[in-house]
Amino acid sequence: MQNETWKPWALLGPALSAVFFLLVIPVFFIVVYSFWLRAPTGADIPAFQFGNYAKFFADFFYPSILIRTIRVSLETVLLCLVMGYIPAYFFYRSKTRFKSILLLLIMLPFWISFIIRTMSWINILGDTGLINHFLLKIGILSDPLGMLYNEGSVLMGLIQYLLPFMILNIYVSLEGIDKSLLEAARSMGCTEWQAFKEVTLPLSLPGVSAGSLLVFVLTAGTYLPPMILGGPGNEMIANLIFKRVIGTLDWPFGSAISVVLLTLLVIIVWTYNRYLGIGQIFKSLQ
Amino acid sequence: MLKISGWSLIRAYTILVYVFMFAPIAVVIVLSFNPEQFGCFPMKGFSLRWFAKLAQNEPILHAFKNSLILGSLTAVISTAIGILASMAFVRYEFPGKNTLNTLLLSPIMIPEVILGVALLLFIRWLQQPKSFLLLLIGHVVLTLPYVLLIVQARLVGIKIEYEEAAKSLGANAFQTFKEITLPLLTPAILAGMLFSFTISFDDITATLFWATAQNQTVPVKIFGMLRNSISPEINALGTVMIILTIATPLLAGYLSRKLARGS
Repeated sequence: MQNETWKPWALLGPALSAVFFLLVIPVFFIVVYSFWLRAPTGADIPAFQFGNYAKFFADFFYPSILIRTIRVSLETVLLCLVMGYIPAYFFYRSKTRFKSILLLLIMLPFWISFIIRTMSWINILGDTGLINHFLLKIGILSDPLGMLYNEGSVLMGLIQYLLPFMILNIYVSLEGIDKSLLEAARSMGCTEWQAFKEVTLPLSLPGVSAGSLLVFVLTAGTYLPPMILGGPGNEMIANLIFKRVIGTLDWPFGSAISVVLLTLLVIIVWTYNRYLGIGQIFKSLQ
Repeated sequence: MLKISGWSLIRAYTILVYVFMFAPIAVVIVLSFNPEQFGCFPMKGFSLRWFAKLAQNEPILHAFKNSLILGSLTAVISTAIGILASMAFVRYEFPGKNTLNTLLLSPIMIPEVILGVALLLFIRWLQQPKSFLLLLIGHVVLTLPYVLLIVQARLVGIKIEYEEAAKSLGANAFQTFKEITLPLLTPAILAGMLFSFTISFDDITATLFWATAQNQTVPVKIFGMLRNSISPEINALGTVMIILTIATPLLAGYLSRKLARGS
């Protein structure tokens, strides 16, 4: 290692100033702005009052959107776990020559436009979509089934977006397991299932928890799937922020809601980091 | 016997997950060739009608141009900044290193809605109008963490001895970087640029906050079109974007292999 102390700072300069001026200060601004007053006309009035937060918690309307956001995020985490663990385990144990291609394929949706992937669920779940078309044609249904614009269709979009994150996290931690541990368990008389339950599963938990955190955080801030695939009753907190800021131009209230969302995420990430460590997450993204 | 059937269940399950992941993509591509007026099933033949219509849609072509320029500039700036910062993180020791690294990676974990509001609020306070520049700096912040992850991972793998050997032979720091580090980093630089281009090209949520009517990107345009209903034109546009975003990394992979062989 070299010891010219100014050099690393010179190298870091551009990146740090970008993040400082374009992220740290702007986020600080949200916090400041959330205490301001909205003027009926003209510029917002600088102030220090909790009216915007009081408005948020005044009745059940806004908190229910927050609770729905948390619930949908937990549902997404759970569904991604159920759908993601087995494929990750498949990659880990499979001896197929196509393993690297299969892994590449699961990464592929990352490269494909988010809005196209989300919007396409309308092609599948809509009244004239793939599933209804098929069911009507073979005569199971006489009228199309309404599968769109509810929590289920929002979850479809969310899973399609987040599943690769979960699979990769679990796979990375499975790959890190020393295979001789499994052989030891097997040689001492464990069945395949016991070896999985006693050795593989516990050792893969760091990946499971890292994937779960990432999926939770990304779902909680999500805007597009509820907007495109959800109905009026499926609004999540990001949709609320967008509506207040861009729709009604209520910047102070929009800022307060942003602070509520940010606080929720900071609490969750901080707790996670405190007990489990955050490093695992970035490991899988490489 | 039990083991075989267990494994085949796992395999079947994995195949179903792939079907789930690729169904929406496949359906967009299939439907984009449907000549029907409405973008839905059943298929009534095969036609390139909607692609032809797309090629004459001025606003979309304009958005495409915007997206390409924005994505390319984002890729160049973000990767340049990212390489410098990665050099600092991998090659030097300094106080607060881990904290700063986490800070620079944090945009991955912060919801785009918040990034969107924050930057917009800041710009408003500075009394600047929304502009192309706002989109550009915003996209640099969005993509920088990914560049850092990719370049740092690669840089860790380049032995510092190569650089030290060059220095002991009389090369200065800049020459060492140019002659030794940079060529070895080329695959990571290409990957970083590609990644940031794609993220910028596809970004929708934060971009919805920052874009103006003049600076619409393709996803913002699609978002606007979706308000009416899904038209076959959107499916055609989706197909173009899918092909583009898949072809670019393949092409880059091919080019980087060719470059590696050439040098």
